[in-house]
Amino acid sequence: MVTYNDFVIRFANVNGSGSASANGMFAKAIFRMGVPVAVRNIFPSNIQGLPTWFDVRVNEAGHLGRRDGVDIMVAMNAETYAEDVASIKPGGYLFYDNTKPLGADLMRSDIREIGMPIAALLQPEFTDLKQRGLFKNIVYLGALSALLNIDFDVITGMVATQYKGKDDLIQPNIHALEIGRQYALDYLNGPIEYQLRRSDAVGDKIFIEGNTAAALGALYGGATVCAWYPITPSTSMAEAFERYANGMRIDKGSRRKKFAVIQAEDELSAIGIVIGSAWNGARAFTATSGPGVSLMSEFLGLAYFAEIPAVLFDIQRVGPSTGMPTRTQQGDLLAAAYASHGDTRHPLLFPSTPRECFDLAADALDLADRLQTPVIVMSDLDLGMNPVMSEPLAWDDGRSYDRGKVLNAEELEEAQDFGRYLDVDGDAIGYRTLPGTHPERGAFFTRGASRDEYARYTEDADAYQRNMDRLLEKWATAARLMPKPEIHDNGRKAGIIYYGTSAMPMDETLHMLQADGVGLDRMRIRAFPFGDEVWQFIRRHELVFVVDQNRDSQMRTLLINEGDVDPAKLVAVRYYAGLSISAEDIHSQVLEHFKARKLPRLTEVRS
Amino acid sequence: MTFVAKPRIHHPQLPVNELGLTRRDYEGLVSTLCAGCGHDSVSAAVVQACAEMALPPHRFAKMSGIGCSSKTPSYFLDKSHGFNSVHGRMPSVATGANLANRDLFFIGVSGDGDSASIGLGQFAHIVRRRINMLYIVDNNGTYGLTKGQFSATNDRGSTSKKGVPNLYEPIDLVSMALQIGASFVARSFSGDKAQLVPLIKAGLKHHGMAFLDVISPCVAFNNHNGSTKSFDYVRGHSGPFVHADFYPPGEEITAHYDPGATEDVPMPDGSTLRLHKLNGDYDVHDRVGALETVQRYQEKGEVVTGLLYVDPDAADCHEILDTVDVPLNGLTEAELCPGSAALEQVNQSFR
Repeated sequence: MVTYNDFVIRFANVNGSGSASANGMFAKAIFRMGVPVAVRNIFPSNIQGLPTWFDVRVNEAGHLGRRDGVDIMVAMNAETYAEDVASIKPGGYLFYDNTKPLGADLMRSDIREIGMPIAALLQPEFTDLKQRGLFKNIVYLGALSALLNIDFDVITGMVATQYKGKDDLIQPNIHALEIGRQYALDYLNGPIEYQLRRSDAVGDKIFIEGNTAAALGALYGGATVCAWYPITPSTSMAEAFERYANGMRIDKGSRRKKFAVIQAEDELSAIGIVIGSAWNGARAFTATSGPGVSLMSEFLGLAYFAEIPAVLFDIQRVGPSTGMPTRTQQGDLLAAAYASHGDTRHPLLFPSTPRECFDLAADALDLADRLQTPVIVMSDLDLGMNPVMSEPLAWDDGRSYDRGKVLNAEELEEAQDFGRYLDVDGDAIGYRTLPGTHPERGAFFTRGASRDEYARYTEDADAYQRNMDRLLEKWATAARLMPKPEIHDNGRKAGIIYYGTSAMPMDETLHMLQADGVGLDRMRIRAFPFGDEVWQFIRRHELVFVVDQNRDSQMRTLLINEGDVDPAKLVAVRYYAGLSISAEDIHSQVLEHFKARKLPRLTEVRS
Repeated sequence: MTFVAKPRIHHPQLPVNELGLTRRDYEGLVSTLCAGCGHDSVSAAVVQACAEMALPPHRFAKMSGIGCSSKTPSYFLDKSHGFNSVHGRMPSVATGANLANRDLFFIGVSGDGDSASIGLGQFAHIVRRRINMLYIVDNNGTYGLTKGQFSATNDRGSTSKKGVPNLYEPIDLVSMALQIGASFVARSFSGDKAQLVPLIKAGLKHHGMAFLDVISPCVAFNNHNGSTKSFDYVRGHSGPFVHADFYPPGEEITAHYDPGATEDVPMPDGSTLRLHKLNGDYDVHDRVGALETVQRYQEKGEVVTGLLYVDPDAADCHEILDTVDVPLNGLTEAELCPGSAALEQVNQSFR
């Protein structure tokens, strides 16, 4: 029996061996055949020599969350061989280099082996040892194209694109592809039970890393200053911003840059530069991860209290401390939401697709200016560093930046009274001015110390408290302005709340639960502070599951803390082992809750 | 009462500069520092320098960190914006502010705790990046606000008020600034206005990172016998190597020294620095020589003052980054957003 366009293939390699680019081409080729594909590069915090895995899930129905169980294992790393063989589903395939025979202890009777003498095939063809090593990956790519029925033209076309400008590399790569393909056609027992065929399930979608999309969002949103410190998994965002800005933000006349990128000496400096820029009227952002947010916390308190816009991208990884720096988690919610000492809180945005990384990056710049406060975009490694199938990026040319309340010289002339922290409009947001605007009016002193409505230093008890209370009113304004949650409410008794990359396996999860007689309404939270819609959804349901990719159910904690929700009503669903959450992770915990409490399964079971 | 505005009434015969402003227009709030604090002299020197140069008082951004020194931007130029940030982090905030608008005058005021201890890293990196600003350190060798602990610029063997000696080597910010990229480096003394005011003028007009270390004694905690940052010690152990007079474009140069000991340095905006070399053949353009001189005298417990190094042609951070001439904060949406057609091309590259 042949299964079309539905399998999980895992490549087990040694990092630094060039495998990532070959495996990336494999995935992209499938995407170009119009078949939905998801990629997860599971890599070590290391440059060369440690095990790395590259998972590709192919799914015609578009279920792109992580799925346990490997259908096809491409085992190219002797060190992890035993565990790689063990992870294959019964009936699955083991593809390996049989130049040297495998020990009998590594064999399994319930899987099918496809041995190919890759090293032996390469030896007579390439004299350069380094090339021989790199082309191992290309040879298995060629063989897989035959075994799985990937359009060979698509792959060779991709090699040509990949090595554009290094033309002397194109021919040897294509030769290596052909060696693999020809050997598979001549000697291997194909085609195998998993097959690809062209589809139109991709449509006009793109295949892009969230960090790249976020960088483009910041660029389109008008960011002119990017200050950052290298940290996995956020680095690629700052680098993408600079790369695209160098192409798209060059002044036509002078050929000079309409942006500034500073690689700072640490995260403290990075956020300081962002705050200084934004204070002086330039849109600015930094990209970091959990350890960076910890370091930036003092500055975040300053920007909260002094009311300065700033945009941070927290591409989350596994904490605490150094944790697992190259694995994914949603572990920074509480650290980001309440970063800094004293009473502080910061708006958060939760993208779940590259398209949303783009949209929310631009929105974050608007919201930070409007609310005069730091806004943190909470992405993660899974979304940030892997190419993800996404709706194409879109920009409405009629859109204008919301620069918030900034008075120019004419407006200052007309103003009766200027007080930086006066609530003139009843939304608890004052008017700010930029340095150098007016010779006589509008100058004020920005500080992290207590001040009155006219920005004058004071230790007066009433003035301090008035200010803190106004900041709370501003928080209520923020809750009205933040992006609304995405809700599918069919009037069921139970619901599920999730955010960020937990959206990836959610359709699949709900299908699985439906089959078990559990129907759930769903709400994807897109922002903190939570708007009324969030509270209404929780009120309307008897039971609400909250999905977190962290140990301590941080979103559930936020909901309980901010909404005075009865904790018994919010059931934690958690995954925090470093991979992205799978449908099975969520399905099993929800179902277990129903079973353990003998809750009635819902009636709308589809047969 | 936690702030005191200065009354604006002034003597009718107070001199008026080219902008029609008197020095009162360059002042700030009444200082809340201790009576006799050296820092107040530095603030007064800033007021005098800016007023005499007739710089528009609202075209400044005053940046500071935390500490006694960092309070002083409240006490000058109250028509300009100020930013009293977090401890040791003025340099990063100043960097950002400067990136956003290259057309303002930036004055950073920091202290020896703020710049040589908690903020040493940020100090080093803003100097490396050559932000166009005047970076003043009010250097008193002590933590005033927390009542008299040694700071990192305190000399080894210098004693506390209670006679306890400092056990550690000092950090010399002037030497560091020379080493890592400042294109204008000077040291002065808060008690020597004749030297300080022209250095502030020159530093403000210098294009690039101008670092000015001002020994500014703390009258409350570090002005006793045994301290090497007291008024008496500094007066007795410091000497100017090069005196700098500053002349804006078109102004008659009135200082005349021996021809062999005079050098005129043209500044990028047409101003002139007339240097009076008080110590033989000292060369203000020799960075390594300046470093050696400063260190050699420091070894003897002596403080070299005056303009120590200047490179009027050095690039600033904006030139290094190759940013456009107009301030980044003034770019409009049309200049910043590449538009939907360009985005469609981007999309196509990801298919």
